[in-house]
Amino acid sequence: MTFYSILFDKDNIQKETADQPAFFTDLNLDQIIDAIAARKEEYGLKPFFYTPLCDAETIRYRHDVMRDLEGEGLIASINEFTGQMVIVRRYMSLVEKVDNHYHKEGWFLEAALIYAEAVTELAQNLDLAPVKSRGFLAFREYVTRYVHSGGFQSLRAEAQKVKAGLSSIRYSVIIQTGRFSVLKYEGETDYSVEVEKTFEKFKQGAVKSYLSDLHYGAGMNHIEAQILDFAARLYPDQFAALDQFCTTHSLFMDQTIRVFDREIQFYVAYLEFAADIKRKGLAFCYPQVDEANREEYDYDGFDLALAHALLHTEKPVICNDYFLKEPERVIIVSGPNQGGKTTFARTFGQLHYLASLGCPVPGREARLSLFDQIFTHFEREEDISNLRGKLEDDLVRIHEILARATPNSILILNEVFASTTIQDAVFLSSQIMRRVSELDLLCVWVTFIDELASFSEKTVSMVSTVVPNNPAMRTFKIVRRPADGLAYALSIAEKHRLTYQQIKERIRS
Amino acid sequence: MKVFLMHRDRDFAPEHDLVVDGQMMTLGDEVRAMLSTYADRDFSFRRREPLPEPAIVQDLELNTLFEAMASGDEFLLEIAKQALLSGLTDPASIRYRQDILKDCLKNPAVVREIYSIPIESLVNKHKHWMGIFTRYPSGVLSGAVQMLEMFVELLKKLKRIADDHSGEFESEGFRRFFAMIRQELDDDYFAVVKNHLRQLKFNRGVLLSAELGRANEGTNYLLHKSNHNDRNWIKRIFERRAPIYSYTLHPRDEAGARALGDLRDRGVNLVANAAGQSADHIDSFLNALRRELAFYIGCLNLYERLTQMGEPTTIPEPLPANEREHSFNGLYDVSLALTMKQKVVGNDVNAAGKDLVMITGANQGGKSTFLRSIGLAQLMMQCGMFVPAQSFSANVCRGLFTHYKREEDTSMKSGKFDEELSRMSAIVDRLAPDYMILFNESFAATNDREGSEIARQIVSALLEKHIKVFFVTHLYDLAHGFYDKKMANAIFLRAERLPDGTRSFKLMEGEPLQTSFGVDSYNRIFG
Repeated sequence: MTFYSILFDKDNIQKETADQPAFFTDLNLDQIIDAIAARKEEYGLKPFFYTPLCDAETIRYRHDVMRDLEGEGLIASINEFTGQMVIVRRYMSLVEKVDNHYHKEGWFLEAALIYAEAVTELAQNLDLAPVKSRGFLAFREYVTRYVHSGGFQSLRAEAQKVKAGLSSIRYSVIIQTGRFSVLKYEGETDYSVEVEKTFEKFKQGAVKSYLSDLHYGAGMNHIEAQILDFAARLYPDQFAALDQFCTTHSLFMDQTIRVFDREIQFYVAYLEFAADIKRKGLAFCYPQVDEANREEYDYDGFDLALAHALLHTEKPVICNDYFLKEPERVIIVSGPNQGGKTTFARTFGQLHYLASLGCPVPGREARLSLFDQIFTHFEREEDISNLRGKLEDDLVRIHEILARATPNSILILNEVFASTTIQDAVFLSSQIMRRVSELDLLCVWVTFIDELASFSEKTVSMVSTVVPNNPAMRTFKIVRRPADGLAYALSIAEKHRLTYQQIKERIRS
Repeated sequence: MKVFLMHRDRDFAPEHDLVVDGQMMTLGDEVRAMLSTYADRDFSFRRREPLPEPAIVQDLELNTLFEAMASGDEFLLEIAKQALLSGLTDPASIRYRQDILKDCLKNPAVVREIYSIPIESLVNKHKHWMGIFTRYPSGVLSGAVQMLEMFVELLKKLKRIADDHSGEFESEGFRRFFAMIRQELDDDYFAVVKNHLRQLKFNRGVLLSAELGRANEGTNYLLHKSNHNDRNWIKRIFERRAPIYSYTLHPRDEAGARALGDLRDRGVNLVANAAGQSADHIDSFLNALRRELAFYIGCLNLYERLTQMGEPTTIPEPLPANEREHSFNGLYDVSLALTMKQKVVGNDVNAAGKDLVMITGANQGGKSTFLRSIGLAQLMMQCGMFVPAQSFSANVCRGLFTHYKREEDTSMKSGKFDEELSRMSAIVDRLAPDYMILFNESFAATNDREGSEIARQIVSALLEKHIKVFFVTHLYDLAHGFYDKKMANAIFLRAERLPDGTRSFKLMEGEPLQTSFGVDSYNRIFG
């Protein structure tokens, strides 16, 4: 098995996209991707998330890798490995920065030691992990071969030996005013232990530490450097071995492993992000995707950006279901304002986009279409004095969208024409609806115009709902049904869950 | 060395205990929030930010009680709050404190003298600017040594008190405390401490050692006493044959001198830390002593006030939470007595075996005062205090809530009734069996019939869940409805009105009556 990349199943490695897609802000995908990428700033992960796939096979390749990572322990192993690689890079940069010869070589040795251990452990952990994905199977084969190679073996053994020699050294320093002396250590006792013991009996609990953090960054002043040079003279053999090691292994890092280290972060970042969200009781699933699909659904989906924003609050995140059966293609969302309509529209867009990245999506169970492009047009609060200009802008923009869209595109409209007269809005909306219908693309349209909801057999009506006994309160549930009036009544005590039955159920025994 | 005067087996740290175990009385989330802000605070220097007052503090007028215990001392005030608001639920733990309190009432002067020791430490630190105000090891070291020297004198004083008075104390808590002091702080110990305090000044150079750590940087610096145990140890090392490399700094190499100072600091770091932490250990021991005695000092203050007014107090008899008892003579509202600065009317009730105590009757007839005295006595008993009564016995409760009619409508959005119910709902979230709840004119913000029906459902459910209910009400339907059921576990009390219309402020057992004598109030005010 040849290993190409943990992100791509064959020689189809797509170029990374540097710029954020246009619809990102409307769908709040920018918030999602920023939050995901922020966890792994140094890897520059955003380009991966700006590059959707249209190949169902590659998406499934990623699903399988992701499923492996969700298995027991694998993600922890990967995190441990990549965490070590961060340290390796930091140490190598220190080699460049510091001055003293033995100090430079010291950092180089540390980097090599950590690299060797990290790769060895990764190989062992992959060996034990029950991986099934093509991606991990091929990578495991690669790493195993690398770890058993002679070059790697000698790097590891020599690094350990040199380090052990240096660690065995303890030297003494006598400090007097304006003068110091260095000599071998002769087993004198630690005085601080004696002091501690004497007063330990008064201890009530932890007290603060008075240990000063006396580390002055990665540098040595000339006194410390002088002491190190004296120590090297007291223990010449150990330092000669260090010189030898640095000459022999000047280039020790493997290129494929370096690339894997970055690419795997795509999965790790997403899964860690999703794990936080799951703790709020929300579900993710691997959507079914295939190019030929015309029907789709998502149960218990939610707005991932909203869920992330509410992560550290008590507020619940409302889940919604939807499905589209042949020939349904357009969801018209109407109902009371502030009822979660925009959120629903965003969720729809997010689901499709995340699916196209090969990621699990919000929801219990999902089947989602692949798309070639996503278009969004959201009403923005703008200068009210320029209504005419704004209406024209809207129309120009929608025209442009419809010109570029194909039957495989996704269109999300949110309250367009909201600021024009009702007659105009009905007329314009109906016209646009006709074109959308002809194009036969997937569309979610949030609107106050009820008429659109029953436009044709392609349209589905969904409405935001209110709490039955308190129409002022929103449930944020969007349900599939014709738009209707709402008025229900329940006793006020019931609302507070204070009836006899309710209290008995609420109080734990 | 643990003080253990508040609990037999642990430190007094209510904000911690609240979270850790179920042995504390639950008084609601606001109380929990308030107690948790006490964590890690040093009362001597920083002032507390004002917190919203928990409902129970208002409803029971606890501040009057706290202030009487504090007698003007902010620290005593905080501790009184903490102790009263984190009562115990286990009768044996309560009795442990009661015994210590009895010792305090018998030997107030000795107890106050012990309490003066941690206070003296505070005063000394303040007056002489003692403490560790630097992060440099040499500074830490000298600050620590200075404090240790001061503490040693105070510990000697504590030891003398223990030697002179331990025989006069009988409680388990005090006997153990004194035994510990006499055993741990003997003469040999003070001699060892003296020796260290001399050595820690390091007047001649230092000998330290280090290892090659990460990237060959020096690490694990240790400070040593030389194997050559005399004043000329440095000279002796140089006289030997072993290889030794020396470096003398150029007189103008200021950076080098600084670096060498830093290096010395690294060597001294651990021992300075040890000395600094040792000083903190003693400091925290003295603080613990202060914290654990403060409650009893508060009790002494209150006891002296009440005794002056001629009001009785009694050490109550706590019974387990699953029993039902409330029997007392002369139970009075301690907050009212403190406010009035005179004796007030007490009540006698025998409510053994009762889950529901319903109080009806005349306005201004002492119903609210009675309800408050019930709540106050419960809190005082469960924190180990005496109780304002001639005799008092009750089961402990696992948690106490108050649901009082609120005069002001706090929220524009929800109506008054809505507000009452949402408060009730929040309480229900926290209720559990063997809790106790005090209702004062609750659910009356709607008409009599609706209010009665909702209250009836609530009270019935609470009783079935084994929650003890005290309910002061005007709702005739409610009170009489329960009365008609002739429940064995309910008792009905009525604010007494004498035939001439005046009130005795005493509560008597009796059937709920149709009116609350509001006409009396009307007549008094308009007549």
